[in-house]
Amino acid sequence: MLRIKELVKRYGDEKAVLKNLNLEVPGESVVSIIGASGAGKSTLLRCINRLVEPSSGSIELNGTELTKLEGKALRLARRRIGMVFQGFNLIDRLTVMENVQSGRLGYLPAWRAVTRKYPQEDIDRAFHLMERVGIAHYADKRADELSGGERQRVGVVRALMQEPEILLADEPTASLDPKTSRQIMELLRALASELHLPVLINIHNVNEAKEYTQRIVGMRFGRIIFDGEPTDLNNDAMDEIYAGVPAEERGGAESNTHLREVAAR
Amino acid sequence: MVATTQPTGPDAIAHREWSRYTTKERWRRYGVMALVALAVVWSLSTINIIWPWLWDAPEQMGDLFARMFPPSLDGWKDIAWTLLETVNIATIATFFAVFLSLPIALIAAQNTTPNRFTLWLGRFILVSSRSVNTIIWALLFVAVFGPGVLAGILAIIFRSLGFLGKLLGEAIEEIDRAPIEALESVGASRFKILIYGIIPQVMPTFFAVSILRWDINLRESTVLGLVGAGGIGIILQGAIDTFAWQTVATILLAIIGLVIIGEAISAYLRKKVI
Amino acid sequence: MSSTVQSTGRTWKKPPFIANPVLRWGLLIATVAYVWWAMTSLPFDWDRIQDGVPRAIRIFKGAFPPSFIRGELLFDGFMESIKIAIVSTLLGLALSVPIAFASASNIAPKWLYTIGRGVIIVARSFHPVIVAILFVKAVGFGPLAGILTLTVYSIGFVAKMLAERIEEIDWGQVEAIRAAGGATFVTLLYAVIPQIMPRQIGLSIYQLDSNLRASAIVGIVGAGGIGSTLLNAFGRYDYDFALAITLCIIGVILVSEAISGRIRRNLW
Repeated sequence: MLRIKELVKRYGDEKAVLKNLNLEVPGESVVSIIGASGAGKSTLLRCINRLVEPSSGSIELNGTELTKLEGKALRLARRRIGMVFQGFNLIDRLTVMENVQSGRLGYLPAWRAVTRKYPQEDIDRAFHLMERVGIAHYADKRADELSGGERQRVGVVRALMQEPEILLADEPTASLDPKTSRQIMELLRALASELHLPVLINIHNVNEAKEYTQRIVGMRFGRIIFDGEPTDLNNDAMDEIYAGVPAEERGGAESNTHLREVAAR
Repeated sequence: MVATTQPTGPDAIAHREWSRYTTKERWRRYGVMALVALAVVWSLSTINIIWPWLWDAPEQMGDLFARMFPPSLDGWKDIAWTLLETVNIATIATFFAVFLSLPIALIAAQNTTPNRFTLWLGRFILVSSRSVNTIIWALLFVAVFGPGVLAGILAIIFRSLGFLGKLLGEAIEEIDRAPIEALESVGASRFKILIYGIIPQVMPTFFAVSILRWDINLRESTVLGLVGAGGIGIILQGAIDTFAWQTVATILLAIIGLVIIGEAISAYLRKKVI
Repeated sequence: MSSTVQSTGRTWKKPPFIANPVLRWGLLIATVAYVWWAMTSLPFDWDRIQDGVPRAIRIFKGAFPPSFIRGELLFDGFMESIKIAIVSTLLGLALSVPIAFASASNIAPKWLYTIGRGVIIVARSFHPVIVAILFVKAVGFGPLAGILTLTVYSIGFVAKMLAERIEEIDWGQVEAIRAAGGATFVTLLYAVIPQIMPRQIGLSIYQLDSNLRASAIVGIVGAGGIGSTLLNAFGRYDYDFALAITLCIIGVILVSEAISGRIRRNLW
C-alpha cells in the first residue's frame, strides 16, 4: 500500500509543481497517471523514490515513511521501489546481464559488484525473468546493441530484480513505436498480476491507459482532478484534464476522434 | 557591408557608397593592428639580439648541416639501445601516470568528488602538474635523485598526471546522467554507482587519452637527457658537445623515425579503441 | 513481491574484454613481460637514488620561503621571454601561411604538397629543446636562438592545423569565384581566405600562449628568457630563487591561458 498525503514540491521560489497532493494505491493494482506535459506526473513519481526531494507532505510505503530517510536507510528503501524510465537509462557499454544485475546493487556486497561474481540465485532469477520477457539470449550482448523495445525489457527486468514492493514506470512507452509500446504495456500488466505487484505508470497515451490499466488518475497543474475507472473517463473529464491543450497533444484518445472527423468530411 | 548613405531620390543610385566595415569596426581593426605593431616594435627594439649573429645565421646553419653530412653510422648500437631506453621511459611513465591519474580525476570532477576540500585539492594537483613543464620537473628530480632514468620517469609521470587527470575529469563531468539516476533508484551506493555507472562511460576516453599522452611522452622523453634525466638526449648532448656532427645527424634522424612511428601507432590504436 | 525461482544451475560470467583467448593471454603476458623487462633493463642508479630523500629535504628547506630578492633579474627574464614569444609568433605565422597553402592537398600541386608536408613533419618531430640546442650552436647563446626555435615550433603547429582547415573548405565558394572569372590570387582572396580567417586568428592567439610556455623552457639550453634564469638559479643551488621563478612561471602561464581562452571563446 502506497499512501501519499499533502505532498508539495516546489523548485526554489517558483510556483509549486505538486500542490497538496493526496493519493492511495492499494496492493496489486495497476494505476495510470495521465495529464498534459508539465502537470507534475514525472515529479510525483520521482518524489516517491526521492530522485526528487519533496518540499513537504508524507509518502508511506507499506508502513515506512519515505520522506525523512537519509543515507543508508534511503538506499534500503529505494531498493524496495522499482523504476522503469522513458529513456531506458541503461548503461550502454555493459552487457545485458550486468545491466539486469545492477538491479541487485542495493543488496550486493561491493566485492561481488566489482568482480561480477553474482550469487547463483540472482543469476537464476535473472535468467528466469529474462526468459519471461524474451531477452535471455541477449545476456552477453552489450546493451547498446539492442533495439528500443528490447532495451525497455532490460529496464523492466532490472527493476524486477530488486524484488520491489511497487513498480514505478515513467512514460515507459514514450520512446517506442506503437506496436512495441503495446507489447511493453501488455507485459507490465501481465507481470503485475503474476507477481502481485502494484504498478504506477505515467503515461501520455490515453488509449493505452484505458486499455491496460484498471484505474486512471488525471493530473492538472500539480493536482489530481480525476480518479476513477477507465469507463468513467468521458469527454468532460478529458476536457478538464487537457483543457487548452491542442488535440494532437492529448495523447491518442482525442486525436482519434479528430482523425475521424477529418475522415468524415 | 553597410551603406553609409541612404538613397534619397531617383538618381541616388549613382552615388551610393559602400565600405566593408563600419567606422567603429574599422577603428577597432586599426587599434588591434597598432597594438600588434607596437608589441613587435617594442620587442625587437629592446631585445638583446646581436644583429651580426643573425646575418651570419644562414651561413652558420648551412655550415652546420654541411658538417652533418653524411650521417655517421658509428655507434649505431648505442643509439639504438638508448632509443629503446627512451621508449621504455615514455611507456613505463605513461603506464604509472594512467593509474595515478584516475583517483585525481575522480576528486577533481564535480560530480564524483567527496567534498569541497577534495575538489580543490584535485584541482590544485592538476594545475600545478600542468603548469610545470616536463623539463622543469626533470631539473627538480635530477637535483633530488641524481642524473638517470628515474628522474626522467618521475618528470614524465608528474607532467602527465595533470594532462590525463584534466581530460578524464572533464569526461567524468560530461557523462550521461540517465543511467546514474537509474542506479540511484535501485539503491546503489556511491561506490557502486562509480563502478557501474561512471567507469563504463569514461572507458573510451580513458583509453584514447592514455594513448594520446603516450605519443606526447615519447616526444618529451627524447629531450630528458639534455638535463641528465636519461634517454637519447644524453648521447645527443654528448655528440653535440664533442662536435660529432655526423653522429648528431644520425641521432636526429633516429628521433624523427621514432616520433613518426609513435604517431602512427597511437593513431592506429586510437582508431581501434573508438 | 516474493517468489523463489527454481535453480537451473546456469552460471554466468562476464564475457572477456578480448574474445580470442590466445590474443587475450598473449597480450597480458606480453604486457607483464614488457613491464618487467623495461623496469629491470633501465639503468637505475640505486645508490644515488637512496640519497634522494635527504636531498629532497635539503632542497625543499632551501626553497622555502621563495626568495624574490633578485626581482629585477626575474622581471628581465620574463620580459625577454615575452619578447621572444611575440616576435617568434609573428615570424612563425608569416611563414606558416604559405607553408600551409603548400601543404593543402586540394590547392597545392603534388610536388609542392610533398615539400610542404615534409617541412611540417620535420618541424613537428623535434621537441623545441632539441631545435634550440642546434640554433644555440649556430647563432650563439641568447634570445635570437630562442626566437628561431619557437618560429620553427610555431610552423609545426600552425601550418599543420591551417592546412587541415584549408583542406576542409567549402569548394563551392571557390568555384563561384572562378566562374565569375577570378584569377588564382583573387580566388584565394575572396573564396579561401574568408573561410580560414577565424581559424587562423584562433590559432595565432593559441600559438602566442603556447610560445610563451615554450619560451620558459628553451632557455634551459641557453636560448634566452626566463628558462636561462631558472637554470642559473638551479646551477648555483639558489633553490629559493628557483622556486620563486617557478611560481612566477606558473602564474604567468595561468594568466596567459585564461586570456587566450577567453579571446578564443569570443571569436568562435
